[in-house]
Amino acid sequence: MNGRPQPLVVGAGPAGIRAAQALVAAGLRPLVVDEAPACGGQIYRQRLVPDERSARALYGSEAEKAQALHRDFAALDGRIDYWPQALLWNLRDGIADIAVGRANRRVAYDGLVLATGAADRVLPIPGWTLPGVFTLGGAQIALKAQGCAIGSRVVFMGSGPLLYLVAWQYLKAGVDVAAVLDTAPFQAKLNLLRGLHLAPMVVLRGLRFTAELRLRGVALHYGVEDVRIEGQERVAAVAWRQGGREKRVACDGIGYGLALRSETQLADLAGCAFCFDKRDRAWLPQRDAAGRTSVAGVYLAGDGAGIAGADAAERAGERAALALIEDRGLPHRRERAAALERELSRIGRFRELLETAFPFPAHWVAGLSDETMLCRCEEISVGEVRRAIGQFDIGEINRLKAVSRIGMGRCQGRICSSAAAELLSVETKRDLDTVGRLRAQAPVKPIPLVLVPADLPREAAE
Amino acid sequence: MPLLHRITRKGHAAIAFQLDGEPCEGRAGDTLLTAILNHGEVLRRSEFSGSPRAGFCQMGACQDCWVTLESGERLRACTTALAPGMRIVTRQGQAA
Repeated sequence: MNGRPQPLVVGAGPAGIRAAQALVAAGLRPLVVDEAPACGGQIYRQRLVPDERSARALYGSEAEKAQALHRDFAALDGRIDYWPQALLWNLRDGIADIAVGRANRRVAYDGLVLATGAADRVLPIPGWTLPGVFTLGGAQIALKAQGCAIGSRVVFMGSGPLLYLVAWQYLKAGVDVAAVLDTAPFQAKLNLLRGLHLAPMVVLRGLRFTAELRLRGVALHYGVEDVRIEGQERVAAVAWRQGGREKRVACDGIGYGLALRSETQLADLAGCAFCFDKRDRAWLPQRDAAGRTSVAGVYLAGDGAGIAGADAAERAGERAALALIEDRGLPHRRERAAALERELSRIGRFRELLETAFPFPAHWVAGLSDETMLCRCEEISVGEVRRAIGQFDIGEINRLKAVSRIGMGRCQGRICSSAAAELLSVETKRDLDTVGRLRAQAPVKPIPLVLVPADLPREAAE
Repeated sequence: MPLLHRITRKGHAAIAFQLDGEPCEGRAGDTLLTAILNHGEVLRRSEFSGSPRAGFCQMGACQDCWVTLESGERLRACTTALAPGMRIVTRQGQAA
């Protein structure tokens, strides 16, 4: 390829797979780097070994999409370089450091598609570090990828479409679902009806989940507040307030999440400009409709650039690759690009509606008790952070990190940073967009202390 | 009582490992997290308060499920496949 380094695709979920496929179709040979042992991302994650379940049992109504993605990625074999179980931990000036096992591989790239995905967003609640409490995503991975339930009597709580999907998947798997606790009032769900024309299948599927949960006797509680997880060595119950009344249900497993949070660290290291996104309540890397960032040759696709779901991720991955191809001066498919942008725009409008049906419980933040652990890694409480904010008159989150160590633990703020920003905003009566965002630091995740440089054969980079 | 409950792969090939010196069996296809939590209810103790932890995100983001092998090697339980003969330490004080 006239001596230029190969394009680099980070992530092999729906966005990364479609990006790689489009690059190959244009005659390029991308390097695809992914942390998982097999492609699919979180939503279409594959089991480590086959089990007795069919794809239909595993992925439900999305089985065909999952299988198509797995199949299409396998068909790229020999035309891409693919490094599974590899962690891209640093980026600068067209060079990436990638940990593969105990070796560090340093590669030059020309064109970078970041398809880094998302993880559950949470606010801290009392007892949330107890064994048996997992994120909604974690509860789903246990069931789908490992064939295990997170308890024998499980409560699902929070907000976001995943709440009802995971509860329903557990019900279907024969697990006793003790209750579903929704942070939003029931009326919020009526907003979904306005989305019927935009995404009828998604809305109908959601209605079916709640109907089947109700039919099977699962209690659905709306507008829950002041949620507390009880237990000594593991989860024993969850208590909450609802319409002024105290409620409590015994359980031995909890799935909890408040929709998703984009993984943006690599875009930060790549030097991308960020802007505040009101809908996601987060600073996100700037991108145009094609996925181009403020940095030439760096493109974004999928939930890592803003939460839009798996269907959008497939389209955004392909769209970003087409932009890379165009910017490289290669023939590109202009009409296809325009069609993808139209579909992304439609999904985006539905996403706005979803947010009104599954709103973030911002009103919880002021009521967080001082004793509640905000940072799981270093056990920094809400009270300690409040005191740091008051004592040092802090209004910016990196300053807060410096004095309170929030975001400095081994998860590097993945779990606590959105909660810390919300808390800083409420405590200082500043708008959320003015408290800033935690700057990403390399390595973006823990890597072995000793990484051996691996010199690659020159062919691998061509 | 174990934290996790196996629904599938009950008949898959057994993989022997040691958990805090006790012989245990996982199944082919298990992550370390799955194998350990099908026997017990904790993966580690917090270095600060000693509070029990058993992972959280299961997707390699929260870093709350690191366990230690007798050799001193540290592994993220949710993203590491169980291998035969692994000798895992979860008890407080034994982790280096």
